[in-house]
Amino acid sequence: MPGATDTKPTKPLKNPCNLCQSVRAILKRPKTGQQLCKECFFHVFETEIHNTIVDNKLFNKGDRVAIGASGGKDSTVLAYVMKLLNDRYSYELDLVLLSIDEGITGYRDDSLETVKRNRDQYQIPLLIVSYKDLYGWSMDDIVKEIGRKNNCTFCGVFRRQALDRGAIMLNVDHIVTGHNADDIAETVLMNILRGDLPRLQRCTSIITNDTSEDSSGIETSKILRSKPFKYTYEKEIVMYAYFKKLDYFSTECIYSPNAYRGHARIFLKDLEAVRRTAIVDIIHSGEALSASVQANESTKLPTMANCTRCGYISSNELCKACLLLEGLNKGLPQLGIGHTTKIRRMHEAANLASGLSSPASLSSAVADGSAGEKVKVVTHIKDLGQLETMPTLASV
Amino acid sequence: MSQSDATLRIELQFSGGMELLFDNQKTIHAKVPASFPLDGSAENRHAATIRDLISWTASNLLKERPELFIGADGSVRSGILVLVNGADWELEGELEYELEDRDEIVFISTLHGG
Repeated sequence: MPGATDTKPTKPLKNPCNLCQSVRAILKRPKTGQQLCKECFFHVFETEIHNTIVDNKLFNKGDRVAIGASGGKDSTVLAYVMKLLNDRYSYELDLVLLSIDEGITGYRDDSLETVKRNRDQYQIPLLIVSYKDLYGWSMDDIVKEIGRKNNCTFCGVFRRQALDRGAIMLNVDHIVTGHNADDIAETVLMNILRGDLPRLQRCTSIITNDTSEDSSGIETSKILRSKPFKYTYEKEIVMYAYFKKLDYFSTECIYSPNAYRGHARIFLKDLEAVRRTAIVDIIHSGEALSASVQANESTKLPTMANCTRCGYISSNELCKACLLLEGLNKGLPQLGIGHTTKIRRMHEAANLASGLSSPASLSSAVADGSAGEKVKVVTHIKDLGQLETMPTLASV
Repeated sequence: MSQSDATLRIELQFSGGMELLFDNQKTIHAKVPASFPLDGSAENRHAATIRDLISWTASNLLKERPELFIGADGSVRSGILVLVNGADWELEGELEYELEDRDEIVFISTLHGG
């Protein structure tokens, strides 16, 4: 690649940049069809993300913000751009990188090496938290136990909690993730296909926490989460990484080569090929549907309490992660899969059969105690001490 | 050299996970036929385009899972970005771009997680 284009004889400028008019365009923007040269593209890309951050008031000065970093393209570009904007516009944010080690040999171990290089390149401190430490099970262990079907359920539930737990260890106010416009449109589609209205509502919000009005019944924490790339197209993220020569990792997870999302993704790309605005259209549909869901009183969902076992926020006595762990530790991994109500009933039956007392009284006490509190309800730092004992249920 | 033997020196680059389909090679210096179809008579041939390059690459260089490279209508699979001499192929005529000697063509997969 070095200089291949430079060595060619200069031709009259074809495809001049729509903004500066003086340099050859290298990118056709998916959003607008505009053609831009490299420098103008960098400027527009970064400025749009800055505007998203400012318009949505994502941060306050002095916030400590964790960047969820996987080593992949989106989070690598996010870390780079967050650092750049923080310096350029004096957000005065205290940035840290937070990575989750799911324990997938040949995949996550390699991608974490990329994150470590990013830590050094961007001079941002890094914390890695692992499923093995948090839950006593790596994804490799889980797949050995349950096979390749449904393992993404475990990984998804565990990751969400693990990010929160890491955020608590780092004492941050806010987690930013690299979800881009294409990801959000895919998620909208998937949630529509599954009829999952609460998640449909959440996935379109640029910033979420449980104090917001959409109390959706999904287990999460009081730590803010936001998606500064909500309006950023994947193509531009990849082109930005390519032209900036950013160091990112790009291998498919070895356990999910054909996951549901993959189909939604291909479908979306095919739609986009026919209709340029497909992605924003679908995000808009998601927002419109969410608004009508919110307006409908009958869809009100349960209020939040805390998991009686680990203290994580949950709409049930046991949070989903503890339920899944119980299944794993009892050799009944199906306990965590499928329809939640049915599983929880199975779980209660299993408890009765093994002579365990129902934790109902405990849970109501916790719920009462936490109802009026404004503090981060989730796991407090002191709860982290319990993490070691949590996964290996002594009574099992 | 007769027209049917003529080749173009094309530098192919694969990234974003695309290289995994090409035996982990990130760069391949290829000698690509200057005109297609390969079995056509001299009069029936046309100058090589990216469309020809894609199918030629799939038959001659691709090592595995062609469905992750080839898409509909002889194009690459949707979600793969293509650059011609450092520029988005959407600015260069996409499939109909006529290859020139010493062109540099980049294929970047966007289909891998972020």
